Amino acid sequence: MMVHGEAWTIKELFTYPNEYIYWSIQIVMYPFMTGLVAGAFVLSSLYHVFGIKQLKDIARFSLVFSFALLPCAPLPLLLHLQQPLRNMHVMMTPHFTSAIAAFGIVFVTYGAIVAAELWFLYRKHFVETALALKNKADKSAYETVMYHVNNLLTLGAHDISELALHRDERAIKIMAGIGIPVACFLHGYAGFIFGSVKANALWMTPLMPVIFIMSAVVSGIALCMITYIVTMEGRKFLAKRKAAACPGESCAEIESVEVNVIRMTAKYLLGFLVAAISLELLDLIFRGYTAVKSWDMLRRVIYGKDFYNIFVFQYGLGNLVPFILLLIPGLTIRRAVVGTLLVLLGVFMMRWNVVIGGQAFSLTFAGFMHYHLPIIPHDMETFREGLFGALFIIGSPYVLFFILNKIMPVFGMKESH
Amino acid sequence: MITRRKLIANTLKGMAALSLPAAAFEILTPDRLNAIIYNDPAKVRYVFLVDTNKCVGCGLCVKACKNENEIPYDANVTRTWVERYIITRDERHEVLEKVFADSPKGARDGFITGQIDLGHGNIYMPKKEDIDKAFFVPKLCNQCDNPACVQVCPVGATYQADDGVVLIDRKWCIGCGYCVMGCPYGVRFFHPVHRVADKCNFCYHRIKKGMKTACVDACPFGARLIGNYKDPDDAVTRIINTKRVGVLKEEFGTRPQVFYLGLSMEVR
Repeated sequence: MMVHGEAWTIKELFTYPNEYIYWSIQIVMYPFMTGLVAGAFVLSSLYHVFGIKQLKDIARFSLVFSFALLPCAPLPLLLHLQQPLRNMHVMMTPHFTSAIAAFGIVFVTYGAIVAAELWFLYRKHFVETALALKNKADKSAYETVMYHVNNLLTLGAHDISELALHRDERAIKIMAGIGIPVACFLHGYAGFIFGSVKANALWMTPLMPVIFIMSAVVSGIALCMITYIVTMEGRKFLAKRKAAACPGESCAEIESVEVNVIRMTAKYLLGFLVAAISLELLDLIFRGYTAVKSWDMLRRVIYGKDFYNIFVFQYGLGNLVPFILLLIPGLTIRRAVVGTLLVLLGVFMMRWNVVIGGQAFSLTFAGFMHYHLPIIPHDMETFREGLFGALFIIGSPYVLFFILNKIMPVFGMKESH
Repeated sequence: MITRRKLIANTLKGMAALSLPAAAFEILTPDRLNAIIYNDPAKVRYVFLVDTNKCVGCGLCVKACKNENEIPYDANVTRTWVERYIITRDERHEVLEKVFADSPKGARDGFITGQIDLGHGNIYMPKKEDIDKAFFVPKLCNQCDNPACVQVCPVGATYQADDGVVLIDRKWCIGCGYCVMGCPYGVRFFHPVHRVADKCNFCYHRIKKGMKTACVDACPFGARLIGNYKDPDDAVTRIINTKRVGVLKEEFGTRPQVFYLGLSMEVR
């Protein structure tokens, strides 16, 4: 009879009989996705709160994208649970000494803030769309649905006078301001979930939440950049194909906007990347220098078993190479694409090396466990906690973004402020 | 628009809310509730004593436990297990010693050969003359006084009874695995049938009736004993209080309540 975890764990030397890699790919996906949510939000707040004008174009985009990513952050947890139907127990009987217990509360709070900010941002659009569709004589089925959706989303507030819109702007600023600490908390909290496991020698460090926040912002900015580039390229392609159908926008215009935004965003990406790497290296150096009991084992994992994952994929390809690529002046779109993709790889590998790496050694400090990601699923478990489960998680925000973009169009909007 | 009626109603509601004492929001643990209701803190604290000097690694305790607690016999998880430690001289006969340890299938079938299981299908056969010392260490849940698993359970499905035993509510566990990761002793696992966290509970259904645990009854050598630490005349309590006993991994601050006689520094 197969035990949970046995399908993807190979044990070596002395491990306890019950030890397996219980937290697998979905627990890698969880901080990765949460990080993207938080990072995308922080990027949009740079404009809304701190008024960094150059980020205006990507701010609206990243806010909607953050909202699309939001429902996908707890999805990996759901797929990971042995009893997924009981997930609501966390909300019904939260046991607050546990770091996971407040997840629902933090998550819902954050979701409410993003939703409120989006509502203020798009209120004018909802009202205008609803009014325009209301007066239209022969509505198609799609238009009827859109009319009702927009009408509902106005929540009865149809006032779009100058004064009301001005108030909206202030509300957006306040929401974005509150949102930054909450977003950081949402993700720092994910770091705390790991950092507070005292049984795990690799995870237990107070730096964990801070490292998680920094790398979260890095990954969120990187994902927004790459998605932004892809959508802009798509628009450029369309504009080229039917030059007349895109009023007020020409290819050159789109391109200049795109390059400017990407160059500006890349600077912030680099700043956060430096912070993230510094903290990670500090952690590593500190462990090596203090060399407590567990270091003997950690050293064998970090410099031996996981050497390629940590130093080649995470620090090398995922941090150093994109750092150089983005730092060289005169950043082009092509270089930015390569750079941001590598940054995403680096952050993903960091999550992997924390979650899987933290279980690569036994609690006995005398044995190892090797993780083999299930690729071809042969039952529900190997699907949920396998490659396809992870791909399902990665793909889902784009589907949501596509739908959200229909209701809250990201591009071609005149900024109200 | 505020009418007089509304104002009065809201004032009453507000007063009712204000009069709620902060204590109404306090979460009581079962043992605190018990102490309040019965004014009687528990008279029992179950503790366990393992005399490693007596253990021969026959694995009868593991077998008995699996059958008693319905842990599928061939599943590679177990509530209790026995570890074998073999300390050999280095191949080059240097001063440095080499520690080998294993527990194949939790020692369910006993240690019947001198081959050491290195995992991943590899075995090692140390030469007899190279062996300096060898011994067995039975393991089970430590029913810690400060259990990490109880602390981290997000839904309160695992909890500590007033007699010290940490229990799991199979109907409430969501299977997140946080307790499994939180336990420094590796006693927790997912039950392959019920698909929830599982671990040794000192055979709670037996000890509550005054019986011994299945493993204690199964051990032919008396290497395992269960007792009540609140009873000063209890045989186990007397040994713990008067002999040199050790516990496992005390550095985690869990205050384990399984005590060991003859613990060696090689034990993990």
